[in-house]
Amino acid sequence: MSFLSITEIDASYGAVPVLRGVSLQVARGQVVGLIGPSGSGKSSVLRAITGLLRLTAGEVALDGSAVDYANPASLRALRDRVAIVFQQYNLFQNMTALANVTLAPILAKRRDHREVEAEAMALLEKVGLADHMRHYPRELSGGQQQRVAMARALALKPELLLLDEVTSALDPELVNEVLDTIGLLAADGMTMLIVSHEMAFIREVADQVVFMDEGRVVETGPPQHVLDHPCSERAQRFAAKILRRQWRPKTP
Amino acid sequence: MLHSLLSELPRFFGPYNLLFLAQAIGVTIALTIVGCGIGYNFGFALALLRVQRIIDIPPLRWSAIGFVELVRRLPFLVLLFLVMFGFQAGGYTLTGMAVACITIILRAAAIASETVRAGLESVHPNQWDAAATMNLSRLDQLRHVVLPQAWRVILPPAMIQFIQLLKATSIASQISVIELTYAGKIMNQKGFSATLSYGTVLILYYVLCLAVERVVRRMEKRLVLPQHH
Amino acid sequence: MAYSFHFNQVWPFLPYLLGGAWVTVELAACAFGGGALFGLLVAIGIESAPGWLRGPLAFYRSFFTNTPQLVKILLIFFGLGELGWFVPPFWAAVFGLLLAESAYLAEIFRAGFASVNRAELDAAETIGLTRMQTLRHVTLPHLLQTVFPPLANQFIVSILYTSLGAIIGVEELTGRAFNVDSQTFRSLEIFIIVGVLYVALTLVSTAVLYGFGRFVLGVRARIF
Repeated sequence: MSFLSITEIDASYGAVPVLRGVSLQVARGQVVGLIGPSGSGKSSVLRAITGLLRLTAGEVALDGSAVDYANPASLRALRDRVAIVFQQYNLFQNMTALANVTLAPILAKRRDHREVEAEAMALLEKVGLADHMRHYPRELSGGQQQRVAMARALALKPELLLLDEVTSALDPELVNEVLDTIGLLAADGMTMLIVSHEMAFIREVADQVVFMDEGRVVETGPPQHVLDHPCSERAQRFAAKILRRQWRPKTP
Repeated sequence: MLHSLLSELPRFFGPYNLLFLAQAIGVTIALTIVGCGIGYNFGFALALLRVQRIIDIPPLRWSAIGFVELVRRLPFLVLLFLVMFGFQAGGYTLTGMAVACITIILRAAAIASETVRAGLESVHPNQWDAAATMNLSRLDQLRHVVLPQAWRVILPPAMIQFIQLLKATSIASQISVIELTYAGKIMNQKGFSATLSYGTVLILYYVLCLAVERVVRRMEKRLVLPQHH
Repeated sequence: MAYSFHFNQVWPFLPYLLGGAWVTVELAACAFGGGALFGLLVAIGIESAPGWLRGPLAFYRSFFTNTPQLVKILLIFFGLGELGWFVPPFWAAVFGLLLAESAYLAEIFRAGFASVNRAELDAAETIGLTRMQTLRHVTLPHLLQTVFPPLANQFIVSILYTSLGAIIGVEELTGRAFNVDSQTFRSLEIFIIVGVLYVALTLVSTAVLYGFGRFVLGVRARIF
């Protein structure tokens, strides 16, 4: 049975619909890549899962039980098991990297602060930032900030990690260090739902790829199918544009 | 004319008068500090009522908006008299000081609520969202994440508004509060020329405001970004 | 509450009070207009005047923003009165308010000048616009967008400041309120009505200025 089960969800920003009947499944230990053109609703799916976007229809179930977003206890329980990392402005600017990682476990999970600090330092070391733990976000590069953001998400011991275009705002040379970290997590068996434009990475790391367009799921399948041999026409057009990302002159 | 002005100076700046002026300055400062001290706190509470992420109770929100808009759109003089006659009608006889203080509190609350609201809204939504999805309570979100970052945006205008309220205290002279402007009037009544009396008062206000500005600038440097370790 | 409201005694004075509202607007317009003129000169002066003039101009701005309006008005009215120049209260109030207005407006204009982007001017030059054309099509629209909202906001603020004129006897809205009060002694009712009139006045002015800004000048911004 899937760990995360999304069934026919609808959502809108005001009068504009962003999700129309979206369904997808993520099994435990699986890495699912969510791809599609801008505005297709990929980020909205992640925001809806964590309760940042209100659903007007459909259901989200975690580990078999449906989530009631209107119920604070249910929402709390969900957020206890699911963590999200955004594209930017993740880290709390007014505290050090270490403080960022320890804040929620101490305040929300009410754990012992020495234990939390030890774990935090281990996590920061795992993402390669042990030397920067007392630095403030403004003193870190974009790639370093995103890696701290992931350490911070991991400190909450989530069973599902949502990554919302975490490399899209980075300078090109900083992207790989973040992708390496994500690869590490995948190898460790973390269940992840990743929204990304990094197709080569998705092809390597994802077990399943979901292609979305205009708020709907258009195609689902293994990466080789969806990325290399898509069935639907829209996915084909998208793939063609993506392939041309390695710029080549147009043949006359 | 200049000659007569100069001849007045020694008497004007006699010890008794200087003490009187100093006391009046004290009243001006006291009014401002107490008024802003209490008013800013109310203003902070009003701002929280208006930020939906923190408190989402429409009747409270609309009441806060109504209050702020009302108080902003009244001249200080009119507000002062409304407070005075309002309390009189209610059967309470307040001293001029109390009326002035209450008026400043109301004004400060209204202005501060706008400033704080702007400050809170200046913090990137992702900061709020990240804290919320980590199951931090709304109070913790505010205290540990949003407010420390909002101060930078809140303090500079708040300090300018403090100086504006200090100048507004001069209007309390109309209900016989013995602050600096009233002191000028009394000096004039005592026989000194209006030019000297009000001119001196004008300069004293200038010095006062500059002094406050300097203190504020030094405070700004220290409070810019409170650090967590 | 023991107090009983007697609005019926005050209603007959409504036209009189409305006349006061009109004087308020006149006062505000004069103070603002004069202030805008002086303010513009001061701003231009601070930007492009020789060094020795900038200091005094900056002091002018600092002095008139850090002093209370009321004291300026009292100084002008009573001070000049002593010298034998009996300035009518209306003009004493105008001049008193004008001094501060010019200081605030100078700051607004200066910020406007500073906001004109060097890059925009360079771009205009490289595509071959003359200085006149650049001024008309690039600088002025940009200036308008930056300067109009705070300017409109300041006008509304100056409407509220005109109430200080009542203290030296100007018969604008607050002044007339004092007059009606001395006749009927229904102070609370009078000031409630006057308060409502001020709120209405600012709301109407905000709407008019917003409309003017949006439809005539193409400026979309919140005013007051």
